[in-house]
This record gives sequence, C-alpha cells and structure tokens, in this order.
Amino acid sequence: MASTGAGKVTDLSAYRAVLASRMRAQASYRASFALDLGSSLLVGVVELAEIAVLYTSVHGIGGLDLAAILLVFGLADLSFSLADMAFGHCDDLPTLIRAGTIDVFYLRPQPLLAQLVTSDISLRRIARGGVGLVVLVIALAINDVPWSPAAVLLLVLALLSGLVTFGSLFVTAAGCQFFLVNGAEMTNAFVYGGRYGATQPASVWGRPLVVLFGFFFPMAFTAYLPVVTLLGLPGLDGLPTWLGWCAPVAALWAVVLAALAWRVGVRHYQGAGG
Amino acid sequence: MLVSARAPILLRLVAAGVRQQTAYPLAALAGLVANVTFGFLKVAVLLATVEAAGGELNGYDAGTMSAYIWISQGLLGSVNLFGRTEIAERIKSGDVVVDFLRPLDVHAAAVATDVGRSLWALLPRGVPSVVIGAVVVGMAVPTSVAGFLLGAVSMVLGIVVSCTTVYLVAATGFWLVETRGVQILYMVVSGFLAGLFVPIGLFPTPLFAVASATPFPSMMMYPVDVLSGRVAGWDAVGLVAAQAGWLVVTAALGQQMTRRGRHKLEVQGG
Amino acid sequence: MSSVSMDGPIIETHGLRRTFTVRDGLRRRTVVAVEGLDLRIEPGEAVGYIGANGAGKSTTIKMLTGILVPTAGEVRTCGLRPVPDRRRLARHVGVVFGQRSQLWWDLPTEESFELLAAIHRLSPDDARSRRSELVERLELDEFLTTPVRQLSLGQRMRAEVAAALLHRPRLVILDEPTIGLDVLSKQRLREFLVTERHEHGTTLLLTTHDMGDVERLCDRVVLVDRGSVAFEGTLAGLSRTVGADRVLTVDLAEPVPDLGTVATLPGVRHQGHEGHGLRHRFAFDAEQTTVVALLAALSAHAEVRDLAIEEPDVEDVVRRVYAARR
Repeated sequence: MASTGAGKVTDLSAYRAVLASRMRAQASYRASFALDLGSSLLVGVVELAEIAVLYTSVHGIGGLDLAAILLVFGLADLSFSLADMAFGHCDDLPTLIRAGTIDVFYLRPQPLLAQLVTSDISLRRIARGGVGLVVLVIALAINDVPWSPAAVLLLVLALLSGLVTFGSLFVTAAGCQFFLVNGAEMTNAFVYGGRYGATQPASVWGRPLVVLFGFFFPMAFTAYLPVVTLLGLPGLDGLPTWLGWCAPVAALWAVVLAALAWRVGVRHYQGAGG
Repeated sequence: MLVSARAPILLRLVAAGVRQQTAYPLAALAGLVANVTFGFLKVAVLLATVEAAGGELNGYDAGTMSAYIWISQGLLGSVNLFGRTEIAERIKSGDVVVDFLRPLDVHAAAVATDVGRSLWALLPRGVPSVVIGAVVVGMAVPTSVAGFLLGAVSMVLGIVVSCTTVYLVAATGFWLVETRGVQILYMVVSGFLAGLFVPIGLFPTPLFAVASATPFPSMMMYPVDVLSGRVAGWDAVGLVAAQAGWLVVTAALGQQMTRRGRHKLEVQGG
Repeated sequence: MSSVSMDGPIIETHGLRRTFTVRDGLRRRTVVAVEGLDLRIEPGEAVGYIGANGAGKSTTIKMLTGILVPTAGEVRTCGLRPVPDRRRLARHVGVVFGQRSQLWWDLPTEESFELLAAIHRLSPDDARSRRSELVERLELDEFLTTPVRQLSLGQRMRAEVAAALLHRPRLVILDEPTIGLDVLSKQRLREFLVTERHEHGTTLLLTTHDMGDVERLCDRVVLVDRGSVAFEGTLAGLSRTVGADRVLTVDLAEPVPDLGTVATLPGVRHQGHEGHGLRHRFAFDAEQTTVVALLAALSAHAEVRDLAIEEPDVEDVVRRVYAARR
C-alpha cells in the first residue's frame, strides 16, 4: 500500500498543497490581509526609527556609524522577516499542545517538524522584509563597500546563513515549548531578544552577552560580523576581522541546536524521558 | 482573602485580577526571563550611546539611563502595550450584554480588574527586574523621600492610565466588526511613543511633540523619569499632573463610549 | 524490522503500562494511567472500549497510535510498533477525536479533504471515488463549500469521520464520536459506521460514554478500570456478570392485580404494576428463564396485549462492576 518509488516527490506535494491553501486563505480576506501588511510595514518602520533616533543623537556607537548600522539592520531584518514568515507560526505550538491538536499531526504520515513548519506561512511578514530590503539596498549605496565577487559572496552567505539561523531559533523555541507550555514567553528571550541583539553592534556587549548572543545563539553572525568583515571595521575585541566568513558555520551550529531541542522536546511530549 | 467581603466592589475586582495572575507562576517567571534578557541588551547599546556622547546625553547619564532601562523593563508586565484585553473579546462577541445586566459599571469594572492584574505583575516581574538591574548594573534613584513617594504615585497613575486607554481600544468594538486593526495600531505605536526601546527624551523635537500629545508617555516614560530622579521637584509634579490629566480624559472618554455603546446595543440589538 | 501484517491481530498489547509524573506542589507523584493491559483485537471486529473518566482510555489510544511511549509492556498496531513506525502506521489507521478537530477551521470543508488526500498520497482517481462515496454516505454535500468553523456540531462530526476515513484505514479509532450530538445525528453516524464496516471490513475501536453506541455498533466490549481490563466479552455477558437483568413490561387486556406466582420462575422478579394491574414489570435473567417461558407463564394468568423488553442500562452496569471491584 505504501508507495516507495516516487515517495519523496509526492511527499513534497503534500506540504505544497497545505502551504498553497494557507496562502489562498490569507489572500482571500483582502481587507484583513491589507491591514496585516500595513501593520507589519509599520512595525519595520518603527524599529528603523528607534535605531535612527539613537544613531543620529551621537556619532557612532560601538564602532558603527549610522550608515554601517543601517547595513546591519537591513541584513538582520530581511533575514529575520523571511524566517519569521516561514517559521514564525512555530510559536503557536503551546496553543496546539493545549488544544490537543498537535496529536492530529501524529496521525499523518509525515515527520512532525515538517508538518509544523509547513502548516502555515505568514505572507504579511513580507512587508517587514520589504523594509529590511529597502534599508539594505540604501545602506549598500551609502556605505563605502569595496565591491568584489568576494563581497557579493559574503553578503549572500550572510543572508542565507541568517535565514537558516533565525529559522533554527524558532524551531529551538518550539522544542523548548514542549516543556514550557504555560511559560512559552521564556523563549521570547532568545527569539525576539535575539532579533533585537542581531541589529546591534556586538562590540557593545559584555562578555556574558557575547557568549550568549555571539556564539550560543549566534546572532552576531547574522549581520554584525559579516558587515564588520565587509567594511573592514574593527570587530569584537581580540577576534579576527574575517570572522564574518564563518556565518555558515554559525548557521550549522544553530541547526544542530534546533534539531537537538526539537528531539528532546518531542521525546518529552511522548513521555519517553528527556 | 486579600480584601474582606465588605470592601467596595471595585477593590474586590482588583483582588480578583490579582488572583487570576497568581495561578500561573511559570508564566510570570517566563516573562521575567524575557524582560531581563531584553534589559541587558538595552543596557549594552544605550550605555554605549551615553558613553559615545561623552557621559551625558539629553539629561541621561549612565545611572539614569540604567534606571530608565530597568524600571521600564519592570513595568512591561504591568503596562499593556499589546492592546489586547478580555473585555475587548466580550464586547466584540456581544457577551457584554450580560455584563450590562449586572448592577455594576461595566467600564469601571473592566478597568478595576485590569488594574489588579497589572499591580500584581509588579511583584513577580517588576521588583525582580529592578533588583537585578540595580545589583548587576547599578542605577540612579530619587534623592528625597518626597521623590520616592511621587514616583510611587506616578507609577500607579501610569498603570491606571494604561488600563483606561487600552479600554478605549476595546470599546471601539461596539461599532467596529473587527477591532484587530485598532489593536495592532495601538500595539505598534504605544511601545514607541511610551519610550519602550528609546527614551522619548532622545527623540528629535517634532517627534517628541507628537509623543507628548498622546497618553502613551504617561504610561511608562513619566513614571520612569520620576522614579529615577531624572526629573525632580516641580517638573516631576508637572509630569504627574499630566498623567492625572490623561487619566481624566481617557476615563471620561471610556464612560462616554460605554454609554453610547450600550445605547447602540439596546437600540439595534447588537 | 516489523512489517504490515494483514492476517495477525490488528491490535495486540501485552502488559501495557503507562505512568505519569505529576507535580503536587513541590513533591512529585507517579500516577498510573494504564496498568498491565492485555488486549487483542482481530481484523474486522468492532470493540467498545468503555470505562469511567480517567480509567485510562485516552492514554491507551495514544499508545496505540504512537503519540505516547509506553512506560512498559508491548504494543503492536496493524503489526507495527506505533512509536518507531508511526509514519507507516498512519497510513493504516484513522482516528476521530470527538473533542479535537483535524479539519482546517477557516477553509471550506471540501478543501480539508483535498489536503488530506495529498497528505495521505492518494491518487487523484482514488481520492475522487472515495470522497464521493463518503460525501454520499455521510450526506456532506449540503455543506461542502461551507468553512468548517461555521458547521454545526453534527455536521462537523460527520466531516471529521469522513476526514479520518478518507485514506481507507484498516483500523478506525473513534474517541467519543457522538459526544454532544442530537439523537438524529447519532443515529446517522452509527448507521454509516455499520455500513462502512460491513462493506470494507474495517476494524472499529470505540471509546464512548454513550451506551447506545456500544449496543448498536460493537460485538464485544472491553471495560477498563484503573488502567486494566475489568471485563471482556459481549454486552449481554457484561450485564450478567453483575446481575443486571433485562426487564419485560407487559400490558394486559384485563387488570390482574396479583401476578406474584409468575415470579417464582427461576431468576424472575416481579418489579411492580401500574394502572390497577393493567401493566406489569418483570426483571429476569435471560440465562435462567427465556422470554418465551416467561410469556408462556404469564398467558396462563392473563391475556397479553403488548410487551416491551428493556436491555440493562449499561452505565448502571459499569457502576456495578466498579463497585464490586472496590
């Protein structure tokens, strides 16, 4: 009964069917969707304003001037918004657990995590990603970027790694939420705290923050370190400037962390011991 | 029992709001962890900003900036910057007609329950966050007893203004089928203008004027300024007076909207 | 590596045990939900899995479907180990939870079926024919284009059943399927399940508080008490073990106040009369005295115009079993 040959291909079509129907459903409530797009845009603009207020009141913070921080903000916000669009609904896991609807996922022949991730997509977050993209383009124009194939490669690597890193962060949070059903807000500390940290110059952090958001949750690698490498700025104390090239390594670590958290979380939910 | 059975009904609603919150200790801990993590990130960037400005920026030095960060983080559990309330759901769904049948002012009852919930949140979320900040980073405090007292008054006023303002969002549900737009707008604007991530004292003049013309700084920025001693003396009294003014305005508006909303339900049957 | 078995039992458990650790203030306590459960269900059977709230029914279902890992013991569903083989097992099992929906609440009902067909990798032809079969049998056509959140409870349950059966599972587990339904909806659903079983040989496992479900649908009941099997057999057998009798009510042509002599038959008790002796009630144990014998004895005294036989109230039977075990 179970087909084997074309298995993988048809499996993907199941995910595609669910995602396509989610997108249609969102777009069909036009007024509501427009409102969501607008508010998502506004969130992006307000976050930009907060950064702008700080960096226009002084000349440079943590070794970055306004132009450089815009580059950091643009990179981080674009990759975070895209990750949020694809993975953000993982934050609803506590609701699914409380309502028991997570059990329904167990009754379908796909991996749980794949089902959770593809169970929704928040198209509205594209507006916030748009803010990130516009800021990124402007920042690339106003900064003194030493353009070369290597510079382009570095930017692309940073964006992709950032996307993977932030996506992994959402999955890590979901894994923890199996334990924290009524205290799910705790994971906001590293998901949304991490996003906030990713738009900062990591050079202003004390040692504990560098350990936490520089390496354990590798936020500094999503934007700040690649920008430092790209613009040839002094980066973190005592660490080489080329560290920004390690963004893919950081992303890989984030994936490992997410896989571990998810595995432990699911085992806890099934009661097989942590 | 926190309040005896003979206490005025509104005080008992405040107590009920407190009890609802004590049922979720893990949620309180989770909120604290998130608040404190954000607090340290704010400390890093804002103290670096003060340092870059030469140790003083628009009246903020390291001590008052740290006080701003930890007090505002501590108030986060008590000041509603999301715009979501229980009463909003009841108004939207029409369940509020049941509330109108009770011999109780619907507006005052909703605000009282909310105030109770918010005051309670000061214990598990407010106090620890300020203590952690004071111990790990250090912060400025008022230099006189009067300053402390005024700070306490300002904080309570801020919490009440937050509850009366967010009620207005809920009350739009009497007329709007979908209040989510209003709620989202409130959420995006309130945090920014209340001075959540950047103190409004650092805003450029036009933006500062916009913020001052809204009730949002009364919820968080003014209590923080008074409690940290950044604003003292008659200036501090002025901020508290502004809060009182916003309280009167938002409460009166809430009364008015509730009365008209009720009238509309009675005439049109929801 | 276990394989999908087509001829072995559909469900087989040995010494199945599941405990939960609950926090009681600062102390931790272990609660036993299922204790040494031995179950064996053959293909094509219809089994009622009954017991009070907290007797361990939901926990058992979760272990059978791979949602929960057993603390100890063995479990095979369709010949597979539910947890490691969960994804393969999902192709052979359909579950209806009365309390939790597997439909997409904001989409038209038919779109949920399309998504589930994709999820279970049904071929377009197969999906179409199965869907139209279910739509017809469960009378879904009137609300196929209605978003799920706007369905009535009865409509939603029918849609849930269709969703669980779309991929032609060999085993269908129904957890409180008729809870909250009106009489007509219950009846429709039961009729559908009888037909489905008859035509496709589907195995049914049903947990319910509604004994009408058990009476109409199941040929065997398993009664659980505190996580282990308290009784296994037919519903009639269950009634007998606790001495719950059937009741015969007769309407007579003429009032006869005293029919006490009939009650001297073995296992027969006279429960009383109404209307000055026009209507009489007798409780009897069908093993000792048949209805025919009882009626024959009655007609010796009076002319019987009408009669009704009531099965024992099974809620009452369950209570008696529990009471006897305490």
